[in-house]
Amino acid sequence: MTDVPRPAVRTGAWREAIVRSVSHPNEHAVVLRLQVPDRIAHLPGQHYVIRLTAPDGYVAQRSYSIASAPSDDLLEFYIERLPHGEVSSFLSDIVDVGDVLDVRGPIGGWFVWDASTPMLGVAGGSGVVPFIAMLRHAREAGRLDLLRLAVSARTENDVPYAAELNSIGALVRLTRAGDGRLTPQDLAPLVPGARDFFVCGAPAFTSAAVSWLQVLGAPTEAIRIESFGPSG
Amino acid sequence: MAVTRGFVGRAHQHRDPRLPPGQYDVGAEWPVLTAEATPRRDPDSWTVTVNGLVTNSHTWTWADLHALPASEYQGDIHCVTTWSKLGTRFGGVSLDLLLAAVEPLPAAAFVLARSVTGYTTNLPLSELSNGQAWLVWTHEGRPLSREHGGPLRLLVPHLYFWKSAKWISELTLLDHDEQGFWERNGYHDLGDPWREQRYQGD
Repeated sequence: MTDVPRPAVRTGAWREAIVRSVSHPNEHAVVLRLQVPDRIAHLPGQHYVIRLTAPDGYVAQRSYSIASAPSDDLLEFYIERLPHGEVSSFLSDIVDVGDVLDVRGPIGGWFVWDASTPMLGVAGGSGVVPFIAMLRHAREAGRLDLLRLAVSARTENDVPYAAELNSIGALVRLTRAGDGRLTPQDLAPLVPGARDFFVCGAPAFTSAAVSWLQVLGAPTEAIRIESFGPSG
Repeated sequence: MAVTRGFVGRAHQHRDPRLPPGQYDVGAEWPVLTAEATPRRDPDSWTVTVNGLVTNSHTWTWADLHALPASEYQGDIHCVTTWSKLGTRFGGVSLDLLLAAVEPLPAAAFVLARSVTGYTTNLPLSELSNGQAWLVWTHEGRPLSREHGGPLRLLVPHLYFWKSAKWISELTLLDHDEQGFWERNGYHDLGDPWREQRYQGD
């Protein structure tokens, strides 16, 4: 890990975001686009916390990666609807345009990429989301050449933003569509030339992907991980 | 905070009083959250050093630590990502023994904990003494697994769990608070879950 002091990253206070659009790209995900007053510019890869408050004061909050580029007027989230997810099912099933959600961010200054170094991103399932923010940012900066992505998901339906990934030639492996799993052999040609390595997905996926990258010669200190647990 | 339209929440009438605000009970699971690749190192070559504003800096080997009187923590841990794990058990040594051995100087007020990976986290010295912190190598009676910080992890269970540095190798006593990895990235310098100190400014 690089241990160079960097300026503290600014996390905003809680803000009331207005839901401007709600769409369901498939039956188990929702894309929310929010307007955030006095929004602090984010870096691709950062996340926000969304907080829900019940009439009796009960509160539930979860972290979600930002899918939109910093230049986007709205803040976009792709939220996988977990079957027993208290927050994700509410966001997917109940939230409507015009609703107000308490949000806080941007958070995290580690799993970020500013489109200035060659990178390889490896994602499992909805771990794709922070890479979409990076992809959109790189496209605007005219630096898509710096970005390589490898994605593992169950089916085409489980790949967030499949069209955008295909448009940049991302490697997509669909485990339940006959592709088999993402393998170290898949990643081998993508490693040389990359300077930063980003891995995002569920813990079992990220730990496997990280060990492959290490075997393929990625320096341990150049690998950044974002992992999520069953936090519905 | 405003009420969210339509949100009632899961049946939460029986909320466990051990859960700090904004946390939920993860049950028997223990999610792995890490920002960096897990190091591989033989426990027999592991050392931990306490240095900085102390009378005698000291380095303990794996065998040295095991020769100290054992100490156990039984209770709850709280991750800033909102899960808590209740009623769990860790074994190792009380950090009080190590601090007593190095004799902190009067000016020592803060600690920067460092892992073999270079991960760092900052804590006030007062939060690490008097039975509040451990170096642990077992969980539920078994060796602490590598992904959970084994072979050796700092345990400060009354603070959010990123303060409990995995793969601990060094504790440096300082007269000033020097931000660690997540703290520089926007997370709180103290991280008290009961005051919900998740981010800078909380």
